[in-house]
Parts: sequence; structure tokens; C-alpha cells
Amino acid sequence: MQNNKIIAGVTAIGLALLSSSAAAQSVDETVNQIFSSATGWFVSFIFSPFPGTSFPWIVAWLVVAATVFTFYFVFIQFRAFPHSISLVKGDYSDPNDAGEVSHFQALATALSGTVGLGNIAGVAVAVGIGGPGATFWMILAGLMGMASKFTECTLGVKYRNEYEDGTVSGGPMYYLTKGFAERGLPGGRILAVLFSIFCILGALGGGNMFQANQAHQQISGIVGGYPGWITGVIFAGVVFAVIVGGLKSIARVTEKVVPFMGIMYVGAALVILVVNADQIGWAFGQIIAGAFTGLGVAGGMVGALIQGFKRAAFSNEAGVGSAAIAHSAVRTKEPITEGFVSLLEPFIDTVVICTMTALVIIITGQLTIDAATGNYITEGGRIVTATGASGVGLTSAAFESAFSWFPYVLAIAVVLFAFSTMISWSYYGLKAWTYLFGEGKNKEITFKVIFCIFVVIGAAANLGPVIDFSDAAIFAMAVVNIIGLYFLMPVVKRELNSYLSRLETGEIKKFK
Amino acid sequence: MSTKYIVACDGSQASARALQFAIDQARTSGASILIAHVLEWSPYSFLTPEELEERHKRRSEELKRAQKAVVDPLVDSVVSEGIKVDSVIKYGHVAETLADIAEQEAASQLFIGRTGHSSLAVRVFGSVAGVMAQIVTVPCTIVP
Repeated sequence: MQNNKIIAGVTAIGLALLSSSAAAQSVDETVNQIFSSATGWFVSFIFSPFPGTSFPWIVAWLVVAATVFTFYFVFIQFRAFPHSISLVKGDYSDPNDAGEVSHFQALATALSGTVGLGNIAGVAVAVGIGGPGATFWMILAGLMGMASKFTECTLGVKYRNEYEDGTVSGGPMYYLTKGFAERGLPGGRILAVLFSIFCILGALGGGNMFQANQAHQQISGIVGGYPGWITGVIFAGVVFAVIVGGLKSIARVTEKVVPFMGIMYVGAALVILVVNADQIGWAFGQIIAGAFTGLGVAGGMVGALIQGFKRAAFSNEAGVGSAAIAHSAVRTKEPITEGFVSLLEPFIDTVVICTMTALVIIITGQLTIDAATGNYITEGGRIVTATGASGVGLTSAAFESAFSWFPYVLAIAVVLFAFSTMISWSYYGLKAWTYLFGEGKNKEITFKVIFCIFVVIGAAANLGPVIDFSDAAIFAMAVVNIIGLYFLMPVVKRELNSYLSRLETGEIKKFK
Repeated sequence: MSTKYIVACDGSQASARALQFAIDQARTSGASILIAHVLEWSPYSFLTPEELEERHKRRSEELKRAQKAVVDPLVDSVVSEGIKVDSVIKYGHVAETLADIAEQEAASQLFIGRTGHSSLAVRVFGSVAGVMAQIVTVPCTIVP
């Protein structure tokens, strides 16, 4: 079949070039150089600090937004948590709607896009630079981000386009255009266009390059170093087969296996925590102390805070608007129910999974401490680790100290998580692309091919420029999206109040 | 109150036999028949974002196809016997959904075919008929 030929051909080329490793190395370097110089200015702009400080304005933007939504909706993430669980369980699902997209399916799909290398490698980066204290700020950002997700996913369903053939298109592009027009505000279309551009960049960066990069790092950590672009080409081939060739079977298998791997990952982390139960108190002590004093990390408390917030935002995508695209497909008469369901995502992604990763790294003693001062030993802006590893290697080393075989399992998990995130983000990016350029087979293929090329670039480049660009692109989406959310939040509040009062009177039926 | 027979149909030979048996029974008892076709579906499965977007469209197509290919021919065969017939198509876990339908419709009996796989396969994978016998709240006739 055509697709199998493509995969075979690509793999053959990859393996053939493996032999000429000297030439292959410089391909990596060249790619890395071109990439850093092309994206450096964008990254600097997004992460520029407030004058006189080292605090990036973008982090403040995200956190202020999450705080505003938390207060505006009066801690909806805590009030509605039990109801969210009921919705996902199907307690309020009309049996006549059976066969449509269920709340659980929307949640699972959105989660498979967000649970990725950010939870495994991104956290390691955060803790490696910001120390254990970063975990505290990460959890806080996760809890507050639930309110941002709640707002954007409600709007995603409310302002989606429903076509005659039964398909739907939703997401920030649509609620920015339609919502603003409805409220008589100018500029909706411009924001939608800007969002689409950043969404495409985000899809290519965080949803693609970062995943490929870290997947390669984990694989090469096990089989031995080899040039990244080879992993990239193989990955790109498989992604191509799925998104262009329509080889759904691969995506289906991945979607089934990813939740299982996620549970296994959390399970393994829990086992490590239970085995080191006596250290848990100490670990949390480090987290709290590090959160407010930094314990010697670069930038002190602020450094920890910045890393924690950055990683939480990157990992759970609250305020970014991507989840709104996935959730808009759900068949529901109450848009607010998708808001309720989606607020579980930052909780599961950040408060549970990311925290597990951080705790394991801390408890297994990966971060070296100066016994005399109690501070973490730093070098060049990051903490010296027991094995010298960073990123996914740090997480791998942490788990390996408890389960010597875990790096192999982690490699499989990393590849699968990376792959499922890539599939999801290729979809989000495609939606943004077709919003800008219109629907059409050729236009779709153009984007998909570009997407696959960036898989190769991501695997080849070094972690530094890749993660910087990925972060910058995703945060740029959040800039535009959150402007929209500020203007449209009264709409969500109306929906919320209407729904809650109808829930109380029993007008909203409970079926189970 | 008129008696109602529910016949579980999935287009297979076994369900055709069950329907025929039910027809024979209904002829003498004067009951009406409700043909129930359940499309296996779980709200707890995992979809890709594209499948999510297309789901509503797919569902309509699946319902149309099921109606045309499976249910309508069976309905016609019952009508030609002069027995009052109705049909319903639902999504869900097959056995549980059939049990729910039987209860909601206050059926006096449920008829289901048995495919007769080897007993090893049945012991390992279970069979809808076997599960029905355990969970359904109305008298259940398994037609081999």
C-alpha cells in the first residue's frame, strides 16, 4: 500500500544515512543554527522581562488572567469540581444522545493533546532550573488555570460553526470573530487571524518540535547517541502516514495505549513515593521552602516562580485556547457543561501528573544539595544533577534509581505521548490553517507536509532553542486568546448563572 | 394491555431465527413485536480529534445504514405476516441496552438468538445471549 511504501522508503533512507554519521552530525548543527537565528527575535520579544526585573511579562499575563477568572467566577474550579466528575461519568447525559461524542471522550481527546512531553520533560526542566520550589508555583498555576480553561471551552462550544453535513468547527478563531461581533466589539476578526497564525506556530513548536526533540533524547539515551534528524525522519514518516495517508489505525492504537501508559506512569511514580514515604515530608518541605526562598537556585524565589508558571502553562495549555478546539465538537445543548468538564484537564495534567514527576525527581535525590548551606548547587543557571542529565534524561534517571528497567518503559511512553500530542496539534494547527486559507484538499496537504518537516527539525535541533520557540509560540496564542476571554467572560457568566439556577430547580435532568 | 415481544436483531442468522420464533409465538398470542437493534458503543472510548469532529455526521450515517440494511427488511418480514411491529435503534453496550429497552417498554418477553460459537470462545469472551439471561428483568427466550 502507498503508505507502507512511504514509511519503508523513509526508514531506508534514514538507515542508509546513519552510516555516514560524520556528515549526519553537521546536518544537525546546521539545522540547529538556522533555527536559532530564525526564531531568536520572536523568543526574546515574548520573554522580555519587565524593565528592571527578570520577570517575563508573559508569565504575569497568564497568571493575572487565571486569577481574574478565578475571582470573576468565584472559584468555579472548586465549586464545580464534583459536578464536573458527574458530567464525565455520564450522569447528566440523555440516553437518546448515546452515540454522539460524550463528555468523557472530549476530555480524553483534549487530554491526549496536552499530556505529553511537557509533563515528563518540561517539569524536569522547570525543577532543574527553578528547584523544588517551582513545583509549588506549578501546582498553583495549575489550580488557577482551571478557571481559564473553563472560560475558553465554554466559549468554544457556544460560538462554533455547525455545518450541514454534521461536522463542526470551533475554537478561539470562531469565538473571537462571532463573539466580538455579537457584542458589537471591533477587532474580533483581527484577533482571530493573529490567533490562527500563532496557533500554527504553536502546533509546529510545542505540539511538534518539542515532542520530537525529547522523544529523540530518550531513545538515544538508551540505544546510544545518534543524530536527531534520523529520529525526526522516521517520526515524520509515521505522522505523515496518519495525517496525510489517513492511516487511522496507528492513531487509534495510540489513543488506546496512551491512557494506559499515563496510568502506568502515575502508578510507577506512586510506588516510588510509597517506597520513599519517609522522605515525602522532607520533599514537601523542600517544595515550600524553595517556593519562597529559592534555596539557592538562579533567580531565587522569582526564578522558581517563573519556571513553575511557565511549565504549568506549557503543559496544561490553560488560556492558550487549543482545548477549546477539541471540546467544541461535543454535542451538547449546554455549552457550559464543556467548561465544567474541561476544568478537570489542568487538574489531571498539572496538579496530578506534573506533580508526580516533580516529586519523583526531588525524592530520588536527583538534585544535588550543598550539605553545609542546604542550598542547591547550581552551575550556569541550573542545578547540578546527580547524573548530569536534564530534560527527559533527568526524569528517566529519577525513575531509573527506583526501577532499573524504567527508562525502556519511559522511552515507549515518551514516544507514544509525543506521537499522540503531535496528532492532536496537527489537527489544531490544521483548523487554524483552514480558518486562514479556507478549506480544500491541497491547502490541507500543504500544512500537513510543513508539519512533518518540522518534526525533523525538532528532532535535530538542541533542546534550548526548541523549547524557547515552543514556549514562545504557545504563549503568543495565549496573549490573543486571553484578550478575547476578558471581553467575552460576561457571556460565560450568563451561561453559568442560567445553568446553575436550572440545575437547582431540577430543570437540568439527571439521568443516572 | 397488549403484550409486547422484544426481538434483539443484529442482522445475523441467529437473530433471524429468533425473529421467526417470535413471529410464530405472536401469531397465536396476538402480541406485537418490537425489533431492537443495538449498535455497540461506549461513552468511555478514546477518539482522535478528527473522529470527534466527524462523530455527529458518522452517527447519522450509521443510523441510516442500520435502518436501511438491518431493520427495514426485518420490519417488512413481520408486516407481511400481519403482525403489529415497531422498531428501535440504539447505541450502547448491547446487553445492557437491550435489558433497558425491555424494561422501559414493559415487554412480556425478550427473544434473542444464540450464535453457537464453540463453548471455549463463549467461556472466554462471553456472549450477549448469556449475559442477557443473567441481567434482563423480563422472561428471556434464547433461540438457538
